[in-house]
Amino acid sequence: MQLALVIDPGKCTSCKQCEMACAYENEQTFNPAKSRIRIFDFHEEGRFVPYTCTQCDEAWCQSACPVNAITTDQASGVKLVHDNLCVGCKVCTIACPFGTINYNADTGKVIKCDLCGGDPACAKACPTDAITYADVEQSGFDKMKAWAAKTDSAAQSS
Amino acid sequence: MAWTKTILRINLTTGEITKEPLNMEWAQEYLGQRGLATKYFTEETDPNVDPLSPENKLIFATGPLTGTCASTGGRYSVITKGPLTGAIACSNSGGYFGPELKFSGYDMVILEGKSPKPVYLSIFNDNVQLRDADHLWGKTVWEADGMIKAEVQDPLAHVATIGVSGEKGVLYSCIVNNMHRAAGRSGVGAVMGSKNLKAIVARGSNGVQVRDPQGFFAATDAGKKVLAENAVTGEGLPAFGTQVLMNVINESGAMPTRNCRDTVFEGAHDISAEAMAEPRRSDGKANLSTNQGCFGCTIACGRVSTIDPTHFTLQGEDKERYKHASGGLEYEAAWALGSATGVNDLDALTYAQFLCNEHGLDPISLGSTIAAAMDLYEEGVINHNTTGGIELKFGNAEALVKVCELVGMAEGFGAELGMGSKRLCEKYGRPELSMTCKGQEFPAYDPRGIQGMGLTYATSNRGGCHLRSYTVSSEILGIPEKTDPLATEGKAGLVKAFQDATAAVDSAGICVFTTFAWTLEDIAPQVDTACDGGWTPEKLMEVGERIWNMERRYNMSAGILGDQDTLPERVMKEASKAGPAKGLVSGLDKMLPEYYELRGWSTDGTPTGETLSRLGL
Repeated sequence: MQLALVIDPGKCTSCKQCEMACAYENEQTFNPAKSRIRIFDFHEEGRFVPYTCTQCDEAWCQSACPVNAITTDQASGVKLVHDNLCVGCKVCTIACPFGTINYNADTGKVIKCDLCGGDPACAKACPTDAITYADVEQSGFDKMKAWAAKTDSAAQSS
Repeated sequence: MAWTKTILRINLTTGEITKEPLNMEWAQEYLGQRGLATKYFTEETDPNVDPLSPENKLIFATGPLTGTCASTGGRYSVITKGPLTGAIACSNSGGYFGPELKFSGYDMVILEGKSPKPVYLSIFNDNVQLRDADHLWGKTVWEADGMIKAEVQDPLAHVATIGVSGEKGVLYSCIVNNMHRAAGRSGVGAVMGSKNLKAIVARGSNGVQVRDPQGFFAATDAGKKVLAENAVTGEGLPAFGTQVLMNVINESGAMPTRNCRDTVFEGAHDISAEAMAEPRRSDGKANLSTNQGCFGCTIACGRVSTIDPTHFTLQGEDKERYKHASGGLEYEAAWALGSATGVNDLDALTYAQFLCNEHGLDPISLGSTIAAAMDLYEEGVINHNTTGGIELKFGNAEALVKVCELVGMAEGFGAELGMGSKRLCEKYGRPELSMTCKGQEFPAYDPRGIQGMGLTYATSNRGGCHLRSYTVSSEILGIPEKTDPLATEGKAGLVKAFQDATAAVDSAGICVFTTFAWTLEDIAPQVDTACDGGWTPEKLMEVGERIWNMERRYNMSAGILGDQDTLPERVMKEASKAGPAKGLVSGLDKMLPEYYELRGWSTDGTPTGETLSRLGL
């Protein structure tokens, strides 16, 4: 079974606990500026959306890297950046269609979500289950169920 | 640890910007935020200073837990001498601005003097600048927020700004961050405006460290679990917000209604949390879009709302900006703009709340001042000519939103209302119609129906306020134990305990709403694992008592003596007409002497030498 971060923006309250947990896990300090996951506040729509790397199967960042500093962990599917190889050229940040790999000026390397080696801190820190770590093959089932409940209303009302 | 140990000092007169080390001796005695900044303020500022003069100072302060993963660890406070009261002012705000100050590397920012021209302060780690704000002067909070973010080219920066009301000296104007969170009370926005300071924008990328990380995670995780499992913080507040109280307080007969003429509001249900969740006829949506947490908050009581598109407040030109979601009604605002004025129109109140956010107005003082003006109007003291043609009767929603618009821009009759209810009622010769303590409008709990709140208001160091000792917890909700809201016995001790504990909570950098579930036994381990100094519940309580007496002493030096520990005549002499408190007045006279005694103050309310030396003052 392969696990992935499953994000449900409808449950997010924008409390930023995920950003702090991520930053602490990676930088050993409470510093959301260095978080690999980010919550965006669409104020006028009343929506808050956590967003981070989805670990593409065929990853643009990986293909674009000229020094092969990004590799795939075969068991988890995670795309890992190797700091000892990364030259900070930022080509991956251009290649990624989702903007989820970013340059860290303090280290001269790029940073992205690595699922904390299989125990993501953001999911543990989320107080509302807006971020969970679940079976990637079933990540859509809750949504499917919700839509399924809306079908066949004639049968329900009879 | 937990503190950044650095202060930013800005002389607005000269433009000089300096960094200095935090006084760590004081940090052990006053913890942070409210306590520590008030210590700096009282050491540096003459108690007799004119609040709107360059000699007054304005401090933005974070606490040691601000910017950590402690639940609700995102608070900051603004400390100054308040223009509404002439007393010490300390206004607390959530949102996401406070942590950015801390991440930039500063525990607090002390602003002195007055800039020769409008400026705003930008703080990006070590890069601190005063920037020209000529083009921002005259802009609303919502306009300035967007313009500044565009100018600093950083959409992730957070802005705290004043509106036009702050520029023009509306005495209850606030400082708004993140569009709808505010350092709301006592007119701190007017002080900022008097200094020609429009805004502060901050973004930081320095982390906050704690003393014992593993211990801190254990303590904060335990704290979060307590909040999640508590009925108020785990269920009531996230689902209904503070508006969960509207029907509860009304049924207790403690709803200050129509400028405290009544204590039960027949329209309470129409403006309650339950009403906010009802789908409306026009578009099938509810008033409430979603709930929101401030930085680090696992409670998430914040309301995000929309107004019914068919409502009268959204018709006509130039209304586009109100047709989106924004910060919705909290209980205090719904009460002040609604029950206090007798208006039961939920959408009108939501619109008035949006105006408060857009213009930077404290809804409690605004609503209560409008209620006093309505009383004057109904009594025939003022009329159409005074109000500029507005029929300012209790229950008139159109009149309510019109005057809110006027106060926001400090125009016409709005400029008079912007002086607050005390000055308004004095001007028209009816001072007894002002529902204020020490010049500040008291909030949403009638002292006749919740006796402890009478003592709370009368003794609050920043004037009429519920957030200095929220005895509603005990008297209505039974936290930590149930006391009879109609009785005066035991309330002196309750108020003192709540006042001291709350001062410590504020000073830690967390939200007072945690205390629906947390006691100092839950909080002390979080502070202790973050900070050096051996922080026990007893030490926090002692720090709280020290802060309370420091604030009291500053007020007394400013000429605010024990004789001002009082309530408006109406709640002391006119009995409640209906509900559980029918026939009752406030029993303040029964509680105050005992309170003074428990505080170790003389019979006229002066802290004795013995008390001061016990607290190291």
